[in-house]
Amino acid sequence: MAAVKVCEAEKVYIMHGVRDDLRLDGRGCEDYRHMEIETDVVSNTDGSAKISLGHTDVLVGIKAEIGKPRPMVPDEGYLEFFVDCSANATPEFEGRGGEELGVELSNTLYKVFNNRHSLDLRSLCICPGENCWVLYVDVLLLQCDGNLFDAISIAIKAALFNTRIPKVHISEDEEGGKEIELSDDPFDCMRLNVENVPCIVTLCKIGHRHVVDATLQEKACSVASLLIAVTHTGMVTCVRKMGGGSLDPESIFEMTEAGKRVGKSLHAPLMDLLQKEESLGKKRQKVGFLG
Amino acid sequence: MAVEMRLPAVHKHVSLKTGQSSREDKHLVVPGDVITSDTGFMRGHGTYMDEDRLTASVAGQVERVNKLICVKPLKTRYNGEVGDVVVGRITEVQQKRWKVETNSRLDSVLLLSAVNLPGGELRRRSTQDELAMRDYLQEGDLISAEVQSIFSDGALSLHTRSLKYGKLGQGVLVYVSPSLVKRQKTHFHNLPCGASLILGNNGYVWLSPTPALQEEQAGGFYTSMEPVSLSDREVVSRLRNCLLALANQKVLLFDTSVLYCYEASLQHQIKDILKPEIMEEIVLETRQRLMEHEG
Repeated sequence: MAAVKVCEAEKVYIMHGVRDDLRLDGRGCEDYRHMEIETDVVSNTDGSAKISLGHTDVLVGIKAEIGKPRPMVPDEGYLEFFVDCSANATPEFEGRGGEELGVELSNTLYKVFNNRHSLDLRSLCICPGENCWVLYVDVLLLQCDGNLFDAISIAIKAALFNTRIPKVHISEDEEGGKEIELSDDPFDCMRLNVENVPCIVTLCKIGHRHVVDATLQEKACSVASLLIAVTHTGMVTCVRKMGGGSLDPESIFEMTEAGKRVGKSLHAPLMDLLQKEESLGKKRQKVGFLG
Repeated sequence: MAVEMRLPAVHKHVSLKTGQSSREDKHLVVPGDVITSDTGFMRGHGTYMDEDRLTASVAGQVERVNKLICVKPLKTRYNGEVGDVVVGRITEVQQKRWKVETNSRLDSVLLLSAVNLPGGELRRRSTQDELAMRDYLQEGDLISAEVQSIFSDGALSLHTRSLKYGKLGQGVLVYVSPSLVKRQKTHFHNLPCGASLILGNNGYVWLSPTPALQEEQAGGFYTSMEPVSLSDREVVSRLRNCLLALANQKVLLFDTSVLYCYEASLQHQIKDILKPEIMEEIVLETRQRLMEHEG
């Protein structure tokens, strides 16, 4: 993780600020920095989204490919995650530097998203036991300024919303062999139901309180954080504790409650924004990377 | 709690009418632009010869001294000059010296002989002092200092031999581009809104609540860990966001511009200052006031 150095006096200043519910940038403990989200930014993917949260910049691309379903669940498709930590984000990621973080991120994302509660994996099935859609979710970290998990999860939800999978027709010949035909019409496609896709909320324990959307400086002051994946109904799908420090059972309870509350309220504005963007259609001026 | 999501705004260029003419006076170039095809000029920093044509290798402003042509880049690391005030972070404690990160290409050096020892004693530095170096300044600590000299490789040698320099206590460090800090007679300001500001020439700006007892704080190695009052905190946070807004809109930073921006921001909540449209509005107001001020 891109670490910043913070001296003792700065730490004290940040910690007292959190206690007073006034962080360095004027936010309260449960406020997010403002986010900018754009979908359909990469033309050669089936769905893509870019999010910037403060100075954190994440690009997500989703490619659908036909693969073989897992033997345990023959009637479901699945998701594959890969997180690429670009050396643009921080020089520490150069070479193999970002690998460890990338693997950690993709494992967590796999746990959070690849289950039938968050996404209707059955809809990805083409022919039970033989063919299914595999969604390759590629995450590219362009800039790191703290709170990667939340930004990535929101970007994934937006990209899944944007994903269009071509419809397939299965035809059988005389010998019983099956043939899969892809529809040629680019508008003849399947959309995913993203209603239940969770968003991740990371809560960092600083002093006796916890904050959401911690910047790198704030993260340096916290010894333990709790990652909570919450759906739009407030259902918690995944909880993970990160960092070397320990957490009181009581504070874990408090943090889960706060995470649930915050996570629940993330979904409505996100869906509004995605609907709004889609309703703009071709009129929307694309901003992309140079805007 | 608040969540604010939006579509990215298409960047539009805001410029004041009078600003445009002054831009034409400045000779601005991007890499690859031919500055002159006259062979009578000498090639300076930021330029190269491309088939007898003097061409820019960096984006910036052309500067000419007699026959020498340089391009001063707009985005750069910090190029130190003797007498500059800098804010830096200690990265290493070595024998008789500290290494300081100051946003320049090489880490700067702060020699043990170039600091005031606690208590303001003037004496030879003994081995005892050398052993106790980490007690004065340790890795991660922030200092304000002045550039004493520049080594042949471009690394800076700093000194803190004045009561105004030394270790920094509680406050916020803001990173801006070094080209945005205006060179002035003084870079230490006690703003009337109740905060102190150190505008380091290296683009590191230090904001802290103005201490009640000036003499006790300055230059010493003692830092107060007492909680800062909420009202002071609000001022510092507001100033921090104002500085970032000014830097985002490429306004030169000096005491007046910061203060005008602070006053313009007062009608908004602190956390809203960093929203693009509010940032633009505040900075536009600041620009207008600055122009009125200039006459």
